[in-house]
Amino acid sequence: MSAVLSQLVLGLINGSFYALLSLGLALIFGLMNIVNFAHGALFMLGGLAAWWLLAVAGLGYGWALLLAPLSVGVLSALIEVGLIRRLRQLDPLYGLLLTFGLAILIQAVVTMKYGSSGQPYPVPSFLTGADNLGFMFLPRYRAWVILVSIVVCASVWVVIEKTRLGSYLRAAAENPRLLEAFGVAVPRLITLTYAFGGALAAFAGVLAAPIYQVNPLMGANMIIVVFAVVAVGGMGSIGGSIITGFALGIAEGFTKVFYPQASSTVIFVIMALVLLVRPRGLFGREA
Amino acid sequence: MVRRIAILTLMSGLALACNKPEGEGSKGDEGKAGDPKVTGAAKPASGAAIRIGVLNDMSGPYADLSGKGSVEAARMAIEEAGGKVAGKTIEVISADHRNKPDVGSAVARGWFENEGVDVIVDVPTSSVALAVNELTRQQNKVFLASGPAAAELTGSACSPNTVHWTYDTWALANGTGREVVRSGGKTWFFITADYAFGQALERDVTAVVKESGGTVVGGVRHPLNNSDFSSFLMQAQASKANVIGMANAGGDVINTIKQASEFGLTKNGQKLAGLLIFISDIHALGLDVAAGLNLTSSFYWDRDDATRAWSAKFAERQGGRKPTMVQAGVYAAVRHYLKAVAEAGDEQDGRKVVEAMKRIPTDDPLFGKGTIDPNGRKRHPMYLYQVKTRAESKGPWDYYKLVREIPADQAFRPAAASGCSLVK
Repeated sequence: MSAVLSQLVLGLINGSFYALLSLGLALIFGLMNIVNFAHGALFMLGGLAAWWLLAVAGLGYGWALLLAPLSVGVLSALIEVGLIRRLRQLDPLYGLLLTFGLAILIQAVVTMKYGSSGQPYPVPSFLTGADNLGFMFLPRYRAWVILVSIVVCASVWVVIEKTRLGSYLRAAAENPRLLEAFGVAVPRLITLTYAFGGALAAFAGVLAAPIYQVNPLMGANMIIVVFAVVAVGGMGSIGGSIITGFALGIAEGFTKVFYPQASSTVIFVIMALVLLVRPRGLFGREA
Repeated sequence: MVRRIAILTLMSGLALACNKPEGEGSKGDEGKAGDPKVTGAAKPASGAAIRIGVLNDMSGPYADLSGKGSVEAARMAIEEAGGKVAGKTIEVISADHRNKPDVGSAVARGWFENEGVDVIVDVPTSSVALAVNELTRQQNKVFLASGPAAAELTGSACSPNTVHWTYDTWALANGTGREVVRSGGKTWFFITADYAFGQALERDVTAVVKESGGTVVGGVRHPLNNSDFSSFLMQAQASKANVIGMANAGGDVINTIKQASEFGLTKNGQKLAGLLIFISDIHALGLDVAAGLNLTSSFYWDRDDATRAWSAKFAERQGGRKPTMVQAGVYAAVRHYLKAVAEAGDEQDGRKVVEAMKRIPTDDPLFGKGTIDPNGRKRHPMYLYQVKTRAESKGPWDYYKLVREIPADQAFRPAAASGCSLVK
């Protein structure tokens, strides 16, 4: 029983990263119809920015949580205005290729500059140590990751489903022309959404930095799984991607106990099954 | 529309996933697999010049421990030889094998058949090395293996065209494995990368543990490039083993160590044994996390005056990075190869050159005096090191203190026990 409980908690931690990343992807996809392959690279840049802030500028974890998403958000906005916007009229495949290329480019530049084995980032001092929960030792930092991700995911969901701004976003996804006729600057809305998605990825990157080595491939390792999460949850479904992120994190956690060799595959098996039975994903709307 | 995008994403995801190598690979996104970057002059001029091809991981997780540093190490050996041997100029070309046997074999074949390459050097990632090993034998060229670990290269897969220079799984098991058992680590739990290299290492260490009176109480095999190890560490914790043997490498071992420290495993009396750790890994981890680890290496830059002098030259050309044992092995192997070519007088017949390499005793500033066994196993001492604490270290790259030297005759598997058909 204690093994089950502890794997549940560990699964939640991985699920936190999946949820934060797939949330951003779902937002971007919902509004722009673009599968943002650069998402993993932006996640990595967030981690790298945290390391850079600490090692070079001497700014700690708290600053990183604020500044890394901000700077990656600005970069994302530039990418949207400078590159992605120009492909708006074309088939979504072009957006996919563009962001795929961007991801390769960013990773290669980081590898050239900082090497492939990555940079160490310490657990912030106020979150070091572990608590005995009776069934497991839970490092405080991991508990913090779960807590923060749930709060962030829930807030984003509330903003999108319950506020006026969110209603614009949903309207822009449904019918951008009509929304524009009402006097809303849809292009700016799109830029901000892409920037926000990028900032969310960078935020997850900062959260991940003390757990994983900050290396150029950390995003590439994560992003494949996250695409599967989005596909299972339903492309463009905000709530769906959050719930699926956590759920698949847990599914993966259990696989690590019962058959570890399959732990990197299990999510794709679930994805294949879901897509066979329900091609629009668990929470997706019919096209 | 949504369905179409979903299918598209699925296929792209699969493309990414398939790009995962069988070796210890990159989750490849950095280029086209069929189009490895080849640098250097490309004129097929077999016989006119001696061409050395450095084949390794230039962009993935092994780039730091081999990569461009290995190319530089080969260049240093050539410069020392005056750029010429037996009246012929020496050229270096290099390529990225992306940790994939198919890419590695394609490059090697192209080099041998069209580019006049006489010798391939380095090749980390055992699966790629085994493929290149076979090809080199067929083409009667020379393979100087510095990067790969699998002891099969001088065992069941041994070849008269191959010299395995730097280290192997048998030596690692015999070094770190034996030492940890000796210092009281009797019960073991393995965290193993689930492919040829990890399995070979686990097998060799298990043999040493059992032979020294220890037991293996459990283990997990994880997929390559697995970033989260918490689940496996919990299982290791629950097993109550004294020692957690990490039969993985690169990013995997870095993340295992980092997360073990986070979960406080070592504070609760369990000991981590890193079975293959390079100095680039320690540099990436930082001493706060890595201090106290035992590891086995055939080379450390700060061992004596000769290694320090060479490493200072290397660091100057590599942005301050000290050489790993793999890079040191590339230098020493190329140096010895050039001596053998001078002696054999002909680089065309790979088997003859390797015979000359085995005949001449080896002598270089990094590995000292040594020999090459009939099965191609280069024999030199191995060293058991412990990673310094932050207080003990005087600065970047000052990481190891010597625990014990393992003499050359004990450091590697006896040729007679290797199962190699070349040993009579």
